[in-house]
Amino acid sequence: MSTAFAAATRVALVGNPNSGKTALFNALTGSRQKVANYAGVTVERKEGHLTTPEGRTISVLDLPGTYSLRARSPDEMVTRDAVLGRLAGETPPDVVVCVADATNLRLVLRLILELKQVGRPLVLALNMFDIAQRQGLRIDIEGLSREIGAPIVTTVATRKRGIEELVAKVDELARSGVLNGPQTWREPDAGEIRSAHREAQRIMKAHVLPPERPDTWTAKIDSVLLHPVWGLVILTAIMFVMFQAVFTWATPVADLIDAGFAWLATTVGQILPPGLLTDLLTNGIISGVGSVLVFLPQILILFFFIIMLEDTGYMARAAFLLDRIMGGAGLHGRAFIPLLSSVACAIPGIMSTRVIDNKRDRLTTILVAPLMTCSARIPVYTLIIGAFIPHVKVWGLFNLPGLVMFGLYAAGIVSALVVAFVIRTFFWRGLVEPFLMELPAYKTPDPANIARNLWQRANIFLNRAGRIILPLMVLVWFLSTFPYPPAGATGPAIDYSFAGMIGHFIQPIFAPIGFSWQMTVALIPGMAAREVAVAALGTVYAVGGEADPGALSATLAHQWSLASGLAFLAWYIFAPQCAATLGVVKRETNSWKWPAIMFGYMVALAYLAAFVTYQVAHALGG
Amino acid sequence: MRMLDTPILAGQPSVEGATTVRLSEAERGQRGTIIGVSAETSEGIASEELHRRLLEFGFVEGARVELIHEGLVGRNPIAVRLDDMRVALRRGDARGVLIALDSDALPLAAE
Repeated sequence: MSTAFAAATRVALVGNPNSGKTALFNALTGSRQKVANYAGVTVERKEGHLTTPEGRTISVLDLPGTYSLRARSPDEMVTRDAVLGRLAGETPPDVVVCVADATNLRLVLRLILELKQVGRPLVLALNMFDIAQRQGLRIDIEGLSREIGAPIVTTVATRKRGIEELVAKVDELARSGVLNGPQTWREPDAGEIRSAHREAQRIMKAHVLPPERPDTWTAKIDSVLLHPVWGLVILTAIMFVMFQAVFTWATPVADLIDAGFAWLATTVGQILPPGLLTDLLTNGIISGVGSVLVFLPQILILFFFIIMLEDTGYMARAAFLLDRIMGGAGLHGRAFIPLLSSVACAIPGIMSTRVIDNKRDRLTTILVAPLMTCSARIPVYTLIIGAFIPHVKVWGLFNLPGLVMFGLYAAGIVSALVVAFVIRTFFWRGLVEPFLMELPAYKTPDPANIARNLWQRANIFLNRAGRIILPLMVLVWFLSTFPYPPAGATGPAIDYSFAGMIGHFIQPIFAPIGFSWQMTVALIPGMAAREVAVAALGTVYAVGGEADPGALSATLAHQWSLASGLAFLAWYIFAPQCAATLGVVKRETNSWKWPAIMFGYMVALAYLAAFVTYQVAHALGG
Repeated sequence: MRMLDTPILAGQPSVEGATTVRLSEAERGQRGTIIGVSAETSEGIASEELHRRLLEFGFVEGARVELIHEGLVGRNPIAVRLDDMRVALRRGDARGVLIALDSDALPLAAE
């Protein structure tokens, strides 16, 4: 840390969820922000800097929203510990800024009473003050300020109003260097919460007159969007559009990225002399970077929808409507979005689990997300179905390959729900969190905030997940390439590589599920991404899978038994054949423990499913 | 909303003569004043913890409450207007909240 920052005034932003705290943070710090993680936890740490007109630096920490310092989740613990100065590796704040939605003061007043006990200089930012004025809400600011013993600044964060005054007030307090009093905060019991509410109520009555023109839109919109039937119909429509967008809008851009990097690799390969380094550059690094970037369109589109849903206030409604439906499997209502996104790709799906606050709910969702049938499985399914499933009509209506494809999708969804249910019933039993959630007033989202948020998501993915995914891709390339085949070798090159050796070595383990050594060898490069298995099989059988899928399909139909083909399909429903997914789970959970657990349980399920499939099909004469 | 003199929902009359009902058993359109918040056992977390969370969200004695929305499955969860904010919760978690119904507040007719 530079000396300039060490001397900087440290400000912490605290407030209820939906108070516009992050918008205020953005207005204060602009683009001078850094998103990281707090040491040892998965909670996102957002810090930014600003310079006062006098040239002093102020560092601002945007703490997770909370209703109380009595922390209930890892996020809220960070807020509590940061405010109390107990957080490891963090300097306690010089000034605490409590951000309040001026139209919704009741609960934040009680939080302010708690913050006063902390004893640090406090400023109250009455945010969204324009909405309060529009509603004709009358707040006696002087009286309220006297009552809470802290200066008050009115702000409109989205229009950058009141920001200079806030900075001036913070600077003034920091320079005076007086503490508000001793730190007397301790966790309140039920009686103390009650009396704090009474006190907050009294302050509210004395200094805030109810709005003359209260917001009636929210109630009107809710009467449609929270309608038991129409609400679900509209939610389904929104989810359908979102799913379509992630699935189809992203494809042209993703294809372009794919083609671009393929062109780059070819061109570089032609310019440079053939050899080890060129091979590493083209097939290892360039295609590795490409395989990271190719996820970006899907991630950006999905997060655009999620940020819109969050910022308008609809996300809380979606969680309300889906609570019972997802709750049956022990999942949070908000788990629906990550799981639906995972049908396109588990990477954005897992990244989007951060809409779920509770740690166990979030981990359960992360663990089951890769079971949803992602689009990378389609080429594998298409290849195997094309090779083994005859085009016949079933009941004169459905064609068999289509039915099998549907069955594979259904198997993914059902297994995700069953695994979630098992996790919540047997492993994290009795820890079901209460569902207690504010339904905020509807708001028009701020385009600048959406843009900034998307930019941050892209950055996080490329910088952090990319740093894990890229080395994994290079490793897979390395295993599939080295050592080179000996001179005069007749088999495919991969057969002589480490991947080939591993494939041969593990083949006996896979014999009971009907996998030949060619199949197990293809599984190793297939770790790069599921669809790579198609190309890998093409390489092993030396027919060029991607160039001519028909030839590969015919080869497989000739070489594999039906039972083996079906077992391969069953394997791909469950198997964690995607290094990028494991990498992003590492990044999202901040530990290798969860990707290891995910890998273990998915391999076990895949083996079991393939074993049963193979043995049954074999016994029936497949 | 129809106006009738007597509430049609069964419940225990309180001292003041108003009908009391647990929030977990209230119906859409019913409103009243919270007269008690207690630590009732719930399926999930410890009851004392739930008690404090309810209080922190503003489920305190004297607060005005109206049940405004119900979920499709088992009329669960519910959304209530709590003073000037809206809160969603499950019926199971709302057992500890006791309400004295307004005498004119009736469940809305089924659609």
